[in-house]
Amino acid sequence: MDGVRLRRGLTTFSFLAPALIGIAVFFGYPLISAVYFSFTKFDLLSVPQWVGLSNYRQMADDPFLLQAVRNTLWMVMVFVPVRIIFTIGLAMLLAQLKRGAGFFRTILYLPSLVPSVAATIAFVYLLKPGTGPVNHLLEKIGINGPLWFNSPAWAKPSLVLLGLWACGDLMIIFLAAVLGVPESLYEAASLDGANAWHKFRSITLPSIRPVILFAAVTGVIYTLQYFDQAAVAGSIASGQATVGAGISQSFGYPEGSTFTYPLWLYTSGFRYNALGYANALAIALFVVALAVTVILLRRAKAFSGEES
Amino acid sequence: MVLERPRVAVRERRQIRLAWVARHSIAIALAVMFITPVAYLVLLSLMTSNQALTSDYWPNTWHPENYVKVFEATPLPHYLLNTVLYAVTATVLTLASSVPAAYALAKLRFRGRNALFLVVICVMMLPPQVVTVPLYLMWARYGLTGSLAPLIIPALFGDAFCIFLLRQFLLTIPGEYLDAARVDGCGEWRTLLRVVLPMARPGIAAAGLFQFFFCWNDYYGPLLYTSENENSWTLTLGLASFRTVHHIDWNLVTAATVLAMAPLIIIFFFAQRAFVQGITLTGFKG
Repeated sequence: MDGVRLRRGLTTFSFLAPALIGIAVFFGYPLISAVYFSFTKFDLLSVPQWVGLSNYRQMADDPFLLQAVRNTLWMVMVFVPVRIIFTIGLAMLLAQLKRGAGFFRTILYLPSLVPSVAATIAFVYLLKPGTGPVNHLLEKIGINGPLWFNSPAWAKPSLVLLGLWACGDLMIIFLAAVLGVPESLYEAASLDGANAWHKFRSITLPSIRPVILFAAVTGVIYTLQYFDQAAVAGSIASGQATVGAGISQSFGYPEGSTFTYPLWLYTSGFRYNALGYANALAIALFVVALAVTVILLRRAKAFSGEES
Repeated sequence: MVLERPRVAVRERRQIRLAWVARHSIAIALAVMFITPVAYLVLLSLMTSNQALTSDYWPNTWHPENYVKVFEATPLPHYLLNTVLYAVTATVLTLASSVPAAYALAKLRFRGRNALFLVVICVMMLPPQVVTVPLYLMWARYGLTGSLAPLIIPALFGDAFCIFLLRQFLLTIPGEYLDAARVDGCGEWRTLLRVVLPMARPGIAAAGLFQFFFCWNDYYGPLLYTSENENSWTLTLGLASFRTVHHIDWNLVTAATVLAMAPLIIIFFFAQRAFVQGITLTGFKG
């Protein structure tokens, strides 16, 4: 009897072994190292030197960090909910299209296939204040277009627009969820005389609730690590026109309005070579990401797949 | 009453028709808005290098030869080869290592199963910046930075998002099929290969597409590990290399971007149905 159980245990282990090794080597080990580095002072050439909590104390009065946190929080509060509502709308629309469904799905997914650097460049050029086509068009219908990426007030909303445009992955996930709602539920509601909005409120929304939760949590995590687009937008809009080395000099343009947390992390680590401080920033980021994840885990029943 | 009926039917049909027109108009308007920036990239790729620096959006003269020039200006085929090598091997290896783990999490009973699933979700949520420095130092210690190895080797050990997505799909496979296989004397591995794999094809396709698209457009990974050795550059890094001392040849950058995107667009168009069918997050199927 014990032999059978042992063999079954070994079989299970053989299924899990690669993933367990992966979690230990590429998650556990670097996380512990990062915690250790966050208590040290070093650059890539020197040996880490233990400095205790001083990196964390430094975070308390770091004006750049304060600005970065403000910008990142703004993105979390605005971008995450707007993206979810917009993508659900797209998914509902796509689910109802019969003719040309594959064509429309491909077109609306297309932007997420554009490499983020190129996508950002295209957006900054299209939204160029004086001469860009968008403001040209707005002018024709009598609207004085904003300065978009060149205005401290409009730069973040412009990044939100860019993010909505490239929401294809989430759109496909929502589309799958919407299409997965059993048709019979809608038919029953139709017989009861429910209109489209009622059906959405009382059938679609409850069915896709776990997916909304998933989108909220992954959206927050994605926004916390928002890097490429903010870096490239600042560089191109400031007229520096570089996406390679030296890009960090235009981080945050204009007036620090696009200066996000990961940009400050990158700057401290790879421009100022303060890797210990960068690791402290990384650990702080992880703690916030973990807190958000815990909220998901509390409701993990939504993903357990066992009907209660 | 008798006369009333057809009128209602006509009105209802008209309403359905109107809704149809409204939906398709919105869809077309959105499609135009979504495709404009992409079309702009294509137009930019057909300009002269000087015009591409202005904010014109219509080429004064058309230069399709830019698409030939990108091959002369950079070792584009070599970058493409590296990208294909990275995306294909990483996708295949990730699936091979993730499917068994996802199957165990979905269908086998063992102690700590829920805890392990929670750990997988935690890994999925980890911002990559957090572990960048220690991982870079680890690969540097083994002398593997400057090659594609740090990007491909981790694929041997599963990917959290892939495991999550596959587990959710495998939950939808009824247990009776597995029991039947076990009654027939199949071991767990045989059950996985003979019974589960064929049924899980849409889920595996979806997870594979996510992985493949991610690797193809990955910028952060190749920038971190291969930038010191041009032989290992992928397309995304190559895009940033059309730079002279004074300016960037945006026309060539965008031409190369369009070339890099084209295969993905074709793959998505033909695979989108399977893609949508293979995704389930809740573990039930309607």
